[in-house]
Amino acid sequence: MDDLGRLDTPLHRLDARVKVLATLAFIAVVVSRDRYAVSALVPLALYPIALIAVGRLPVRALARKALAAAPFAILVGAFNPWFDRRPMAVIGPWTLSAGWISFISILLRFGLTVTAALALVAGTGMHRLCAALTQLGMPRAFVTQLLLLYRYLFVIAEQAGRTHRAARLRAGGRAPRLRAFGSMIAMLLLRSLDRADRVYRAMRARGFDGRIRSPRPLRLRPCDVGFLGGCLAFFAAARIWNLAEMAGRLIVDGAP
Amino acid sequence: MHMADALISPAVGGTMWAVSGGLIAWCAARVRRTARENLVPLMGVLGAFVFAAQMLNFSIPGTGSSGHLGGGLILTLLVGPYAAFLVMASILTVQALFFADGGLLALGCNIFNLGFFPAFIAYPLIYRPLAGGQRSGARAAVAAIVAAVAGLLMGAFGVVVETRASGISELPFGRFVTLMLPIHAAIGVVEGLATAAVVGLVARARPETIAADASAAPVPGRTLAALAVAAALLGGIGSWFASTHPDGLEWAIGRASGAEELAAPAGGIHKRLAALQEKTAVLPDYGFAGAAESETDPEGAETAAAWPAVSAGTSVAGLVGAALTLAVALAIGLLLRAGANRRTATPA
Amino acid sequence: MTGAAIQVRDLHYTYPDGTCALRGVSFDVARGRSVALIGGNGAGKSTLLLHLAGCLFPQRGEVRIGDTVITRQTSEQARRAVGMVFQDPDDQLFMPTVEEDVAFGPANAGYAPDEIERRVVQALDCVGMTYVRKRPPYRLSAGEKRAAAIATALALEPEILVMDEPSSHLDPRARRRLIRWLTSFRHTRIIATHDLDLALDVCGETLLINAGRIVAQGPTADILSDAKQMADNGLERPYRLGG
Repeated sequence: MDDLGRLDTPLHRLDARVKVLATLAFIAVVVSRDRYAVSALVPLALYPIALIAVGRLPVRALARKALAAAPFAILVGAFNPWFDRRPMAVIGPWTLSAGWISFISILLRFGLTVTAALALVAGTGMHRLCAALTQLGMPRAFVTQLLLLYRYLFVIAEQAGRTHRAARLRAGGRAPRLRAFGSMIAMLLLRSLDRADRVYRAMRARGFDGRIRSPRPLRLRPCDVGFLGGCLAFFAAARIWNLAEMAGRLIVDGAP
Repeated sequence: MHMADALISPAVGGTMWAVSGGLIAWCAARVRRTARENLVPLMGVLGAFVFAAQMLNFSIPGTGSSGHLGGGLILTLLVGPYAAFLVMASILTVQALFFADGGLLALGCNIFNLGFFPAFIAYPLIYRPLAGGQRSGARAAVAAIVAAVAGLLMGAFGVVVETRASGISELPFGRFVTLMLPIHAAIGVVEGLATAAVVGLVARARPETIAADASAAPVPGRTLAALAVAAALLGGIGSWFASTHPDGLEWAIGRASGAEELAAPAGGIHKRLAALQEKTAVLPDYGFAGAAESETDPEGAETAAAWPAVSAGTSVAGLVGAALTLAVALAIGLLLRAGANRRTATPA
Repeated sequence: MTGAAIQVRDLHYTYPDGTCALRGVSFDVARGRSVALIGGNGAGKSTLLLHLAGCLFPQRGEVRIGDTVITRQTSEQARRAVGMVFQDPDDQLFMPTVEEDVAFGPANAGYAPDEIERRVVQALDCVGMTYVRKRPPYRLSAGEKRAAAIATALALEPEILVMDEPSSHLDPRARRRLIRWLTSFRHTRIIATHDLDLALDVCGETLLINAGRIVAQGPTADILSDAKQMADNGLERPYRLGG
C-alpha cells in the first residue's frame, strides 16, 4: 500500500487534507442514508471510481483487500433477510422483502466506504496522510506514534516472520504450541524493548528533548479547493435527491 | 470484532469518534507529563511489536484451530493505561487505514471497544487485584485470563450496542448478544493464556519492565470513579438509542415476559428523540430516518402497499436509474484514467 | 576546541544488570586523527563509544570532549560536538523519509529552515545519497542505510565522528565506498570495528580493548601485526599482515 502511496499521479498531487475531508464527508453521506436505500447509493460510486481512475490505482489489489475485510460486516448483514421478512418492493414477478433490500444496502455501503478509504490511503501515502492529520487537528503526539509504529512495523514483522518460520519448520509445518509461541513472542518483545532503547539513544544523540516538531503546512491551491468544493456539492446533491431514481424516471416516464 | 462503516449510522459513529478523540487527547496530555524518558520511541516500537505479534498464531491442541495475542493487557503492563490506550488506538488506526480492517467512521467505535476496556477497566479492576503483584505463575495466569475475557466481553457488548443503535442491521439485540459473547469469551480464554505465557517469561528476564506496579502509572481513585460514571452514562445513552429499536428488545422482553405490546411507548420515545435531533441538528436526522419508517408500523404485513411509497428507491425507475448512473460513473472513470495516464510522471 | 579532541581518564562503568563493562580506561585522541577501537565481543567497545557520544555517564573517572567534561548537564554540548553512528542503521533512521531523518538533528538544534535545508543537502551529498532523499528507510539497501545513517550524524556538523561497526552487512562495493569516505573526512574519527582491513586503511592509530581495559595503544600496523597479542585478546592478525 505504501508503494502505491508514493506514485505520482494527479490524485497524489492533490493536497492530503482535502482528500481526507472529502473521503470523510463521503463516508458520512453514505452511512447517513436510511437502511433501505439502494438505488440512492449507486450514484455515489462515482467518487471511489474517480479516485481509483485518477490515481491509477490497481483495482484488483484493492478489491482483494476489501474482500479480506468483508466477512464480519457481511455476516452480520446476512441476518437481515432472516429477521425482516416484510415484503417491500415488487419488481415484475418478484417480491423482495425489506430484509433483502437492507442487506443489499449493507453490501453497497460496505463496498463504497471501504473502497473510498483504501483509495484515500493508496492515493496519499502514510507520510502525507499523517502530515494532513496533524494539520487537521490530531494531537501531534498521536501522529508521531502512528509514524513510529509504521516505521518499525516492517522491521519487527520481518523479525517475527523469520522466528515464526523457524518455529514452524521445527514443529513439522504446523503452528507452534503455546509454550514455544510464548517463548517466541517474549523474545520478540525483549528485542523490541532493546530496540526502543537504542532508538531512544539515537534520538537523544541528535538532540531530541521530548518535544516533537510539526512540519510546515503547505498552502492550498485552487485545484485543491475546487476538488473539495466539487465533491461536497456532489455528495450533497446525492444525499438530498435520489439521483439514480431521477435519471431512471427520465428514461421510463420521460420526465424527472 | 472490528466494526465496518457499513453497519454504522453517522450519529453513532460521530458520538464514538468524539468519545475516542477525547480519550486520545486526555491520554496524550497525561503521557506528556510522564517522567519516563524513552516513552516516545517505546510506544512506537511496542505498537509495531503488538501489531506484528497479532499476525502470528499458535495452535490450540485438541481443537485444530489457532489463537492469537490481543495485546491490550501486555501493553498496559508495560507502559501503563494511558500510553497503552494510545498505542492500541494507533494500532487500530493503521489497521483501518492500511488493511481496511475496520471502517474510518467506525474507528472511533473500534478504539473504544478494543482500547478502553482492556486498559481502563480490565487491567485496573480485574488484573491488578487478582494478580496481586505476581507476574508469573498460576495466579498471574488466572488474572490474565479473567481480565482478557472481561475485556473482550465488554468490547463485544460495545459492538452489539453500537450496531443496534445504528439501526442498519436487523439483528435483534438478544440474538446478537448470544452470538457474540460466547465466541469472544472463548477467544478471551485463549488470549489470556497467551498473554500470561509471554508476561511470565518477560517478567523473569527483565523484571524492571513489568515491575509489579512501579512502571504502570496507577489510575487514581478519582479517575476511576469518573471513568465508572462515564461508562455508566455511555451505557445509559446506548440503551436509550437501542430502545428506539424495540424490535430487538421486544424479542428479548417478549421471550422473557410473554408480552408483545411495546409499540406505543417506543413510538413516543422515538418521536421525542427525533424532535430533539431536529432541534439540535448537529448531525441532521440521518440516523433515525430508517427508524422512523420502521417504528410507524411494527406489524408490517397489512401495510405492504404503503412501503414502496417510502423512499426505498427500489422502484423500477430506481433500478434503471441505478444501472444508468453506474454506467456513467464507470465511463467517467475510464476517461479520467486515460487523462491521468497522460499526466503521470514515472514514480521515483 | 584546544588541545586534544578527546581525553578519557580512568573510566569505569557497570550496567544496571551487573555487567562490568569498563574497568579504568584512559587514552587521548588528538584532533583530526583517526583511531580504530578493536576487541572481541563483549570487550567494552560499544560501551566506550556510548560514553564518548554522551549517551552514558561515567560512574568513576571522566570523559572530556575538547574543554568540556561530559556530565548530565553538559551532555547537550557534548552531543553537538560528537556525531554517533550506531551499529544498526534501522535504530538511527526512525523518521518517515531519509531527508527528515537527516534534518532531525538540525531541527532539534533550532536552526532556521534554510539552514536545515543547507545542512541536509550537504550531508547527503557528502555520502552520495542525494537521490534517496524522499525515500522511506525500509526501501534502502544495507549500504544505502549505512550511508544515510552517517548523513544523519554529519548534518550536525560535529567535530568528532564516532562509529560502531560501520562496515558490517555491507557488500564489497559499499564497503569500498565507505572506506573512501572515511579516509576523506577531516573529522576526528573513532571507529569500533571487527573489520581489521578497514582499520588498516582508515585509521592511523589503534586501541586494543579487552575485558574493559585498554591492552595496547599505538600505530595500527604495529598493533595488528603482533600475532601473539592479537590472539591473547580474542583476535587474529588480518590476512594481509600474514594472519
